[in-house]
Amino acid sequence: MICVDLATTTKRDLNQSLHVLTAETNETHWQVLNPQGQHALVAGLDAPITIEIMGHAGYYCAGMNQQAAVTVHGNVGVGVAENMMSGRVHVKGDASQSAGATAHGGLLVIDGDASARCGISMKGVDIVVKGSIGPMSAFMAQAGNLVVLGDAGEALGDSIYETRIFVRGQVKSLGADCIEKEMRPEHHVTLRRLLDAAGVGEDVSVDSFRRYGSARQLYNFHVDNAAAY
Amino acid sequence: MCGIVGLFLKDRSLEPQLGAMLARMLEVMSDRGPDSAGFAVYGDGAADHIKLTVRGADLAGVVAAMGLGATGVLRDSHLVISLPIAQESAARAWLALNRPDIVVIGAGQRIELYKEVGLPADVATRFGLSGMSGSHGIGHTRMATESAVTTDGAHPFSTGADQCLVHNGSLSNHRSLRRMLEPKGIEFVTDNDSEVAAGYLTWRMREGASLAGALEAGLDDLDGFFTFVVGTENGFAVLRDPIACKPAVMAETDRYVAFGSEYRALVGLPGIAHARVFEPEPARVYAWERH
Repeated sequence: MICVDLATTTKRDLNQSLHVLTAETNETHWQVLNPQGQHALVAGLDAPITIEIMGHAGYYCAGMNQQAAVTVHGNVGVGVAENMMSGRVHVKGDASQSAGATAHGGLLVIDGDASARCGISMKGVDIVVKGSIGPMSAFMAQAGNLVVLGDAGEALGDSIYETRIFVRGQVKSLGADCIEKEMRPEHHVTLRRLLDAAGVGEDVSVDSFRRYGSARQLYNFHVDNAAAY
Repeated sequence: MCGIVGLFLKDRSLEPQLGAMLARMLEVMSDRGPDSAGFAVYGDGAADHIKLTVRGADLAGVVAAMGLGATGVLRDSHLVISLPIAQESAARAWLALNRPDIVVIGAGQRIELYKEVGLPADVATRFGLSGMSGSHGIGHTRMATESAVTTDGAHPFSTGADQCLVHNGSLSNHRSLRRMLEPKGIEFVTDNDSEVAAGYLTWRMREGASLAGALEAGLDDLDGFFTFVVGTENGFAVLRDPIACKPAVMAETDRYVAFGSEYRALVGLPGIAHARVFEPEPARVYAWERH
């Protein structure tokens, strides 16, 4: 394991040494000490490596991730795993706003809560939040799955396109064009797969979730809907 | 942008280090606000005395010329004048008559308030923040976007005794609020929207609201983006607008409550690794009081 202490190494040097790694690298396990809330930690990864960040991270942690598995042993700031393409990002604490924003693929797991705009404009990522999510989450979400074991804040899924949202707790309110939908067998299968991937045990039953998604009334502009935009 | 920091001590043994802790927090937030900086510290005070923080040039002889039993502590461009409460209006009248160039930026039993243009670390050094002690303090680093980089535009703003406010954001109804508040006797020194928010809270508290109650009412009356950190003689509070437009993170231990625009501002605090670190929720008042 390669250990990088940010008390003595700059973040830029850390990120640079990760960016040069290729798919064939033998340097597959990294540990980052003293992150101290710095921004853009381990952003732009593109190699099948494992990274553990030992503390709280700042904004855009693991942004644009491809292939890598990143675990943050602490909280993260705004925009964790923003625009992730593949791989896995696991936050052991809470996430601030816009977690998983615009992400195309991979799995984002947040053990604690995520605040406002979780999964905003998500484009294919799977997000599992074991706590609750804040207001305006999954705003304009386009593809992927958002799973929430706790509650969801106001205006969930406002202007949503095709993302499936599964919430176990209370939903404070649904946004424009977001409706509750039937849980069909294929949704149970998808949900179980995501819960398993996030390390959520069988004691959390897929039957305890409700599904929300797009009513598909705002896909194209109709003048009659002008007030809903 | 702009950066905010705040620190409220529960453990009195930390009081001598308040200024040093706040100075480190303020310096880290330089990236968010390199234009100017300011801070308020709640230090010692006597029940029968009031402290006036004034700003201006040529302050050295002011206290002697004023008389009225006043004493002063000069720190760079600011002078903290301490005098018997009964003499406050006489002192203000003396300043208005003899030194109209001097601005009173804060008044109260314990509050001292400093702000200047420049890098936050330089501002903190000029005023000797790291040597100050106190029970709580708040600070602000400013990146001016809507108005000029001037000392007047720097935070904190104080519109009532021992009250101060720092603000990250912008208010859209500050003109109408100002028109509502001025006839009620709330005075404003600048054209700044944040000063109006401070004046609004002063008015609410004057009408009998608690600090938390005043902020609660502000959710209905203040329109715009805001993260506020507010100090009173024995209180400390935080409020974010309903869509949480501006960043905020807090840390609480049994020794202190700390606020930062980013977690980076908090990393130097004692015991931070084991603190409860959380993001304050939108439209929820967080308030602490010391008894």
